[in-house]
Amino acid sequence: MIGDWIEAGLAAATSDECVVIVRDSTEANLRWAINMLTTNGQMHHRSATVVAIRRVDGIGHAGVVSGPVASEDDLLALVGQACTACASAPASDDSAPLPEPVVDADYAEGPVATSIDVFASFAEGLGRALDTSRRAGTEMFGYAEHHSSTVWLATSTGARRRAVERSGKVELNAKHADRIGSAWVGRSTAEFTDVDADELAAEVTRRLAWCEHRVELPAGRYETILPPSAVADLMILTYWSASGRDAEQGRTVFAGAEPGTTRVGETLSELALTLSSGPGVLPAPPFAIVEGSVPGLASVYDNGAPAETVSWLRDGTLAALPYTRAGAAASGRSYAFPSENLVLDAGSSVSLDEMVRSTKRGLLLTCLWYIREVDISSLLVTGLTRDGVYLIENGEIVGMVNNFRFNESPVDLLRRAVEVSATESTLCREWNDWFTFTSMPALRIPDFNMSTVSKAY
Amino acid sequence: MPAGLDARFIALPLDALADAALSRARALGATHADVRVERVRTAAHRLRDEALESSTDVTDLGIGVRVVHDGAWGFAAGITLTSDAAAALADQAVAAARISRPLTSVPVELAPEPVHVGEWVSTFQMDPFDIEAAERIARLVELSRLASRPGVDHVTARLDMVDEHKLYADLSGTRTVQRRVRVLPQVEVMATRDGYHSMRTTNPPAGRGWEYVLGDGWDLDAEVAQLPDWLAEQRAAPSVRPGRYDLVVEPTNLWLTIHESVAHATELDRALGYEAAYAGTSFARPDTLGSLQYGSQVMTVTGDRVVENGLASCGWDDEGVEAQTFDIIRDGTHVGYQLNRQMAYEQGRGRSNGCAFADSSGHIPLQRMPNVSLRPASADVTVDDLVGRVEHGLYVVGDKSWSIDMQRYNFQFTAQRFYAIENGRIAGQVADVAYQATTTDFWRSMEAVGGPGTYRLMGALDCGKGQPGQSAPVSHGAPAALFRSVNVLNTEDEGAHA
Repeated sequence: MIGDWIEAGLAAATSDECVVIVRDSTEANLRWAINMLTTNGQMHHRSATVVAIRRVDGIGHAGVVSGPVASEDDLLALVGQACTACASAPASDDSAPLPEPVVDADYAEGPVATSIDVFASFAEGLGRALDTSRRAGTEMFGYAEHHSSTVWLATSTGARRRAVERSGKVELNAKHADRIGSAWVGRSTAEFTDVDADELAAEVTRRLAWCEHRVELPAGRYETILPPSAVADLMILTYWSASGRDAEQGRTVFAGAEPGTTRVGETLSELALTLSSGPGVLPAPPFAIVEGSVPGLASVYDNGAPAETVSWLRDGTLAALPYTRAGAAASGRSYAFPSENLVLDAGSSVSLDEMVRSTKRGLLLTCLWYIREVDISSLLVTGLTRDGVYLIENGEIVGMVNNFRFNESPVDLLRRAVEVSATESTLCREWNDWFTFTSMPALRIPDFNMSTVSKAY
Repeated sequence: MPAGLDARFIALPLDALADAALSRARALGATHADVRVERVRTAAHRLRDEALESSTDVTDLGIGVRVVHDGAWGFAAGITLTSDAAAALADQAVAAARISRPLTSVPVELAPEPVHVGEWVSTFQMDPFDIEAAERIARLVELSRLASRPGVDHVTARLDMVDEHKLYADLSGTRTVQRRVRVLPQVEVMATRDGYHSMRTTNPPAGRGWEYVLGDGWDLDAEVAQLPDWLAEQRAAPSVRPGRYDLVVEPTNLWLTIHESVAHATELDRALGYEAAYAGTSFARPDTLGSLQYGSQVMTVTGDRVVENGLASCGWDDEGVEAQTFDIIRDGTHVGYQLNRQMAYEQGRGRSNGCAFADSSGHIPLQRMPNVSLRPASADVTVDDLVGRVEHGLYVVGDKSWSIDMQRYNFQFTAQRFYAIENGRIAGQVADVAYQATTTDFWRSMEAVGGPGTYRLMGALDCGKGQPGQSAPVSHGAPAALFRSVNVLNTEDEGAHA
């Protein structure tokens, strides 16, 4: 059905070229607070994006229009609007020829959906956890969601591509009745069938027990173990700031010393850290799906182009930066698409528990929150610790510590990191609305800058 | 002539959809049901150095049905706008409520609200979507050229526009149709040759139309024309010495401090713990309502959904509650929370003050902030008057970086420009500044607020909250204000490793 709509849309396009992307999405979610379910829902949405391109001396002028599609007529209307828009559109800064067309064997297949039934097993376990928490005099809060999107991407130049994106996450937060002691665990998942509510509840309860003894510490620089979730949030922010073109223009932390250059080739860490993304490392579509250009990072002209696995950092050295195909051509670099997943790995086999045991005195964080850029040129960011800062003494966790505001640059943290753990699947905290799939290690920072004390718990 | 509802939205079978969903929900035993049909159109243009980097035009149209069934919430949403599909959504919502019931320990009850029937349209003169995209982009090119002067290496310009239509209907008989239009043009200049420096316009998003982009309500051309000079001054500015400073904060910066440390902190859902695992809680606890000294005596903060051009203004909220104005902080004391109908009932407050909002038909209404504004002094206190009271301080203009903790205590803000104040006079810019404080310390240190002449309605297009995440537009009015002895950091020092 949708394939027929798309063919009709492409046939109706009056522009020189046309890209049609149809996305059929279903979503289910559960949310709970204070040991009871607060909201839930399941949603179905189907939308299309039409990129109509007018060529003038080879340069593209694009009209990009998106809207809901409940029928072929809806899609034809969008095609008409996009063609009208491109007729008067100025030249696109990211203009490029459409990619070489690829036809996927499963293009004609239908949508893959999810529903609230995906939580059936999880909800049973959650019910047990909430009941146990209630009887223990503690409180549990959290959220679970599952998405399934099927994307069909077709171009007037012959591409017929299909991808299914399935992702889910769960966050479980436990608090003491006074809401001072607080612990958090999170998981990312593709299918949700692998989420074990009992295991999550046991882990968050174990961590909450660390909060029985409370220690006040002042601001200052502390030896700090950043756990995988915190590292994920910092690496994602770094990734989003990695546009090759912006670096060439002197606008990011990756700008080179000379105008028009970047720091590619520079050693950023003495640890053998490799930062990669793409369909080869974690779930991601094997081709670019761009429903609106993201300046310097992704272009509507690249729709359907391969999304390769890229190592941005290799053995501690900056190896590549994201470029659109137009940006790569202008800079003499390689096209590199920033897929929405990220893996940081140094090949370590050290566990987080072993890092704790080898710490004489330091802090173990749980996650970071409200991370915002302070200085683009150094990627200095500020933010808060959240839901568990634990004091380590002589290899053991001896209690919880107050929260802190920090000011740090993730790029500088890579340089100062002295130990790295084994990489594991993790859910970031701050950015998990947008970024589900990461695998990260823990990092030991000898002098993490806790700028001030936060009174928040 | 004032603009009205879009005929294309009115032409949808709104009543039939609402009737089908509500009658099905009633037949299934729902004690409350509401239906929203929403069409939200969003356009965005991004230019860099006068070249078009990105241009999008996105419409979202759908229907959402929410029920209270056997004391539990259920919600379902879809895109098919037929009576059969609307009724099927009611079935799904009730099914979701049945799943929720075993995990719902306190049955849901809603505070009563009178029945309302009507239409409401925000104030704007020119529908921005009536302006051809080419003309909108040409305006951004014009502004970019205005900012392109020696010393400026790059200029970015952006325009965001939203047209939101919403039908709300519920089982009690309330049925409203509303339209809200908002726009945000922005220009930023950058210098990259001796380190990175930037300077952006400070104009807010506004509940206005295309006329705002042309200069009605904010002299955008004048501000853009000054950006290169401000940027040049910033490049030469000395780095601040960290320590305690008196601050005179302009509304172009203070609005964001209000947003983060007052408006979010006085959301009752946060204070009760419903956002504890995500957005966080609040230090402003219900048991201290009426006694917490939030700020100084000159601090009075109101919530409203009625101010003209306000981004959160409306006729009725997304639970059918009439728009209102209410006190949040009076003479420094915390006296009010933002409410939705469920929390108003739970807290025994009689009636909601109309702070429910959903950003699309696909999301449930959350308790979201109204326009939250700091009242000015009644006397005509000027910025010069405030600066004149400062011996050694900083004058703060325009928002930039912001961060606050999950109880809304510890915050850190930067600005587009910080100026030194020496002996009651504004001197030149200083660089590398951030101010950091605990919310109550900061607001208790507010010695004076400016008069009506210093007051501006600022705001944000995309305030995030909730899971699944939702964005909401909101305005914040503020006068200039004087704060004593605030902690100021040097961001270069903060970023330097030990």
